[in-house]
Amino acid sequence: MQEEQHLVIIGNGIAGITLAQQVRFGSKCRITLVSAESATHFSRPALMYVYMGHLRYEDILPYPGWYFREKKLEQQHDRVLRIDAQAKTLQLQSGERLSYDVLAIASGSVAAFYNWPGQDIAGVQGLVSLQDLEQMEENTQGIQEAVLVGGGLIGVEMAEMLRSRGIAVTILVRDKLYWNSVLPEDEARLVTKHIQEHGVELLLEDELQEILPDAQGRVQRVRTKRGKELPCQFVGIATGVKPNVAFLEESGLDLDRGILVNEYFETNLPQIYALGDCAQFRQPEAKALTIEQQWYSARLHGETLAKNLLGKRSPYRRGPWFNSAKFFDIEYQAYGLVPSALGDELDSLYWQHEAKKKSIRLIYNRQSAELRGVILLSVRYRHDLCHHWLQNKYTIHEVIKEISAANFDPEFFQRYEQELQRQYLKRFPEKTAPAKPGNWWKLRHRFGLFSDTENC
Amino acid sequence: MHTTTSTYTPPFNSESSGGALKTIGLLLVSLGLLALLVTVFSIDALPTAVTGLGGTAAVTIGALLWIWVTRNQKSVAGQNDGVWQNGMTSRGTIAWVLGVVLTGFYVLLYWYPAALQGLIEAMDPLSLWLRDRPADQWFLYGTFYTLAILIMGVHALLKYRNSQYHIIRTLSLMFFQLCFAFLIPALLLFLNEPEFYFNYFWPLKYDYLFPSTIDYLIDNGAALGVFMVFWGTLFTFIATPILTYFYGKRWYCSWVCGCGGLAETAGDPYRHLSDNSRKAWRWEVAIVYSVLGFIILTTLLLWLNSWSGGSILGGLSWGFSATYAFFIGAIFSGVVGVGFYPLMGNRVWCRYGCPMAAYLGILQKHFSRFRITTNGGQCISCGNCSTYCEVGIDVRHYAQQGKPIIRASCVGCGICAHVCPRGVLKLENGPKEKRYAATPLIKRDELHILS
Repeated sequence: MQEEQHLVIIGNGIAGITLAQQVRFGSKCRITLVSAESATHFSRPALMYVYMGHLRYEDILPYPGWYFREKKLEQQHDRVLRIDAQAKTLQLQSGERLSYDVLAIASGSVAAFYNWPGQDIAGVQGLVSLQDLEQMEENTQGIQEAVLVGGGLIGVEMAEMLRSRGIAVTILVRDKLYWNSVLPEDEARLVTKHIQEHGVELLLEDELQEILPDAQGRVQRVRTKRGKELPCQFVGIATGVKPNVAFLEESGLDLDRGILVNEYFETNLPQIYALGDCAQFRQPEAKALTIEQQWYSARLHGETLAKNLLGKRSPYRRGPWFNSAKFFDIEYQAYGLVPSALGDELDSLYWQHEAKKKSIRLIYNRQSAELRGVILLSVRYRHDLCHHWLQNKYTIHEVIKEISAANFDPEFFQRYEQELQRQYLKRFPEKTAPAKPGNWWKLRHRFGLFSDTENC
Repeated sequence: MHTTTSTYTPPFNSESSGGALKTIGLLLVSLGLLALLVTVFSIDALPTAVTGLGGTAAVTIGALLWIWVTRNQKSVAGQNDGVWQNGMTSRGTIAWVLGVVLTGFYVLLYWYPAALQGLIEAMDPLSLWLRDRPADQWFLYGTFYTLAILIMGVHALLKYRNSQYHIIRTLSLMFFQLCFAFLIPALLLFLNEPEFYFNYFWPLKYDYLFPSTIDYLIDNGAALGVFMVFWGTLFTFIATPILTYFYGKRWYCSWVCGCGGLAETAGDPYRHLSDNSRKAWRWEVAIVYSVLGFIILTTLLLWLNSWSGGSILGGLSWGFSATYAFFIGAIFSGVVGVGFYPLMGNRVWCRYGCPMAAYLGILQKHFSRFRITTNGGQCISCGNCSTYCEVGIDVRHYAQQGKPIIRASCVGCGICAHVCPRGVLKLENGPKEKRYAATPLIKRDELHILS
């Protein structure tokens, strides 16, 4: 990016803000963030905490006003109506035309609705945007019962929000256990039970048929595919998200579900890039998704595109996948992308504490013994070390030697790595227990699992 | 049909639930407060010992009942539900009332103790039993202070019940307050020894290294007095740097100290009110190190004066000492420090005013193995850590860049790590080498908030 050039970023979510910051790190060019949603960047995963009263809206703004002024990142709270790629200008809702030299589209997602009868009735909504949160606040004032559709991460978030206000919640879950499409059965069972213990009713293996209004046109009840009728004053749609690209239909950009990009985030039009939830890879990396709809991946997109814009051409490499979430009191961490059903190819060491709702699972390839993934419930592991194991294709035998070093739980917490080692020795009787437990500080030093702030 | 019905019935955080125990608890608190009010006005119809001690007991039992029910009703992740929506914890009318009452109590205590005579007399039976002498305003204060830490300690224990770290830490604070700051000083008086707090050191207990205090302890305490002087000097100059090297400031501020004890228990519901702006940090640095400088200067002047037999400085050093005692010892640490809990958060004194915290902070920043580690690239910038940091550190600023948090003001309470919904933070002691090094999994720029 040349100093006299203007980079315009549509969307100020984590993809957009990361791109802006990283480009600013290496260039003095003019940078403008345009967002229809909010005047400044906020933490989307934190919206639930505003509803529950843990935080105020101003608390979920990661960067204060002075940051944008000092970094010279301009922000415009406006909606982009059209892109004129020929003239390199954006038509904004306010009437202003904004010209760019380089355009990056990070317009994110909207809730995915699947054409259910009654989905447009008042009191039915998703939860993605700040406006959704404001609407949810209005829609749930003084209500008694809510029905949520979808057994995923947004579903449990909405359930937690509603339960914090004493609203009765029923969730329609297509699978036979909560989030069973991602979690192996043991973990899914722990999570399912825990959600139920929080006063949430789960209708498993059932789906939404239709939503029915009352005389005033507000939601009154839903009917499920299995024919159950549930009275409710609020319906939360949590069946996933889809790229927010409707405003781009006449832009000349190649669209499929999202904006089609290559591994450099280049679209079919010159000087226009797309990243984050709204981008769809024409050819994804092996085993990777074509659309990555994660907070973490959006940040990685921003970092990689910035590098390219700053002149260092480098393709997007996701690296070992990771994710984290929370189900009421249960924390979830995962390193490495593995299917929920392990099949014949994979095997795992698994430990769980039923009462404390904790579990550790190390998944490895039966043939090569190579570590494929780590799934944790209410136990924290070090990201840096798990990343190192996966990146360097550690075998389960090597992992077991270092396993004690991975634990990231607070001091005085009980450690369970010995249980895993015991299981390991039972399964591999020819192996011996490691002489000394793995020490994080030594491994950190030995493998260089840190970066000095000066040189990154 | 794969319908499952949950077995759990009472919804969390429902104001209507809780039943009889909660009602009884509130009733006892109300009656107890009424009895205490009667005691203040020394109404002759009722003996003050009955209304005073009885009222205190009623408030204690009632508060414990209420706390037990309300905290257990909330799940561990739901303990902060409604914090910013409830006036009591978000600077609402009731919080202002409480702030004024607390502040007023400190003003009466320091400058108009006669107004509290009824309450002070009411504590006589307890004081006679523990200390073999009638109560004074400081005994009243110590009793209420200790009770506040014990009652609200139970609150903290229940609020953080899923964390072994917070359970042990809170028990430690309760233990040190009850034994080291209440029972042992009382026992010393009972035995006609000088009153001494073994958990307070210079420069927080600023007069413990004044020549006059040392003379007094040695003259009145004989061998025990010498031990007290030895103990205080040892902790100020040797034990503090060593312990801080290994564990950071937390060994004192959030495990032992009585001011910290009150902040972590009675003040815990107000921790999110601490200002985490850059401006607040600038004020903090400007004020807290000035206070440290002030007390060092005062102490040096007193010693100079003492060595010179009072000939060099005359009344000047005593002027310094009295000024310090009035502005810092009374107004800052008491009136503002505790009285403003419901408005400015629970660590106002510790953060902006405490010279011990300043001293420990310098050690923690430059000569310690302590840091709060950020777990790789897991931060989602939600802001729970920054909001619930009681000393107003913008923890998120570091966490979202994958950097460790090493800050002089961090008292190591560990609540940032507790409220983090992604388990991103961990308090730990590790090698000093590469202490500031960050995760390789996030790219970051060099931004210093305070430069």
